[in-house]
Amino acid sequence: MVQVRMESNILGANELMARKNRNIFSREGVLAVNLMSSPGSGKTTILEKTIESLNGKIKIGVIEGDLYTDQDAKRIEQKGVHVIQINTEGTCHLDAGMVGKTFEQIPLNELDIVFIENVGNLVCPAEFDLGEDLKVVVISTAEGNDKPLKYPLIFREAKAVLVNKIDLLPYTDFSLEKIKEDIAGINPSAEIFLVSGRTGQGINEWNQWLLEEVKNKKS
Amino acid sequence: MHEFSLMSSMMDTVRESAVQNNIMQVEKIKLVIGKLSMALPDSLQFAFEALKKDELFQEAVLEIEEKEITCLCSNCQQSFMVNKNYYFVCPECASNKVEIIGGRELYIDFFEGE
Repeated sequence: MVQVRMESNILGANELMARKNRNIFSREGVLAVNLMSSPGSGKTTILEKTIESLNGKIKIGVIEGDLYTDQDAKRIEQKGVHVIQINTEGTCHLDAGMVGKTFEQIPLNELDIVFIENVGNLVCPAEFDLGEDLKVVVISTAEGNDKPLKYPLIFREAKAVLVNKIDLLPYTDFSLEKIKEDIAGINPSAEIFLVSGRTGQGINEWNQWLLEEVKNKKS
Repeated sequence: MHEFSLMSSMMDTVRESAVQNNIMQVEKIKLVIGKLSMALPDSLQFAFEALKKDELFQEAVLEIEEKEITCLCSNCQQSFMVNKNYYFVCPECASNKVEIIGGRELYIDFFEGE
């Protein structure tokens, strides 16, 4: 009987690729934002509103992750920014290799910020470092309060949490107090923004924060 | 959710190492999985049973050690465990500047065979 000690990280290959991506983002001075949420919490709508408000102030690119379709990429394209589509063909998350492959098609050196819209899922994307500068989680009031405690890793990793569909708050049992309390326990330094992709409420505060992050990245 | 792809890449790693070490039959694989990782031990076991069809793995058992979520307080250096409340605040000094030192593991510890 032979025992072979491995101590080999199962995600080691992804982490190597992520480091490579991170170096490239750094070299090009572009802020990479990994946007994650459950399906239907409003990532794409927030992105549309964000682009409308930031376009002209900074140069924006988007890497769109989706299982099979390019519906979201088409919506973003109409906003006049660089969009690259990644179809994961059934895989429930983006990985660093998939993101790295898009770099040939996206002029990173001309951009200030690149949003990576992950596949709608709160489980797997949390494990896969893409080389991004910051992770942002979107949760909507319609989803209920239980998400942070059910998916702690993704909330622990997030630098900011956007609570979306805030315009629907009066029609739900969602408690802002409870969500703030749960997030504060998991990740006390996370910024929380209350937004509505539909009405545009709160988008300005979120964008000011992003502009600050872009500035910090360049300095 | 991604346990099948994790298991499949883990088995590729073991297969490669088995060849290098002249091992024809793997008897045991030991994994270490942190409780904060998003991989579920039951699903990993299921994926392993479904994937271990070839000669190298057919006799192999998978052992999974789960690791608790452990934090170290950056303020008072106290280490403490985090339970299902996922409350990452030091119980000693109430500081929220804590570093996760355990619970994110996802690695192959060793394998045995001949």
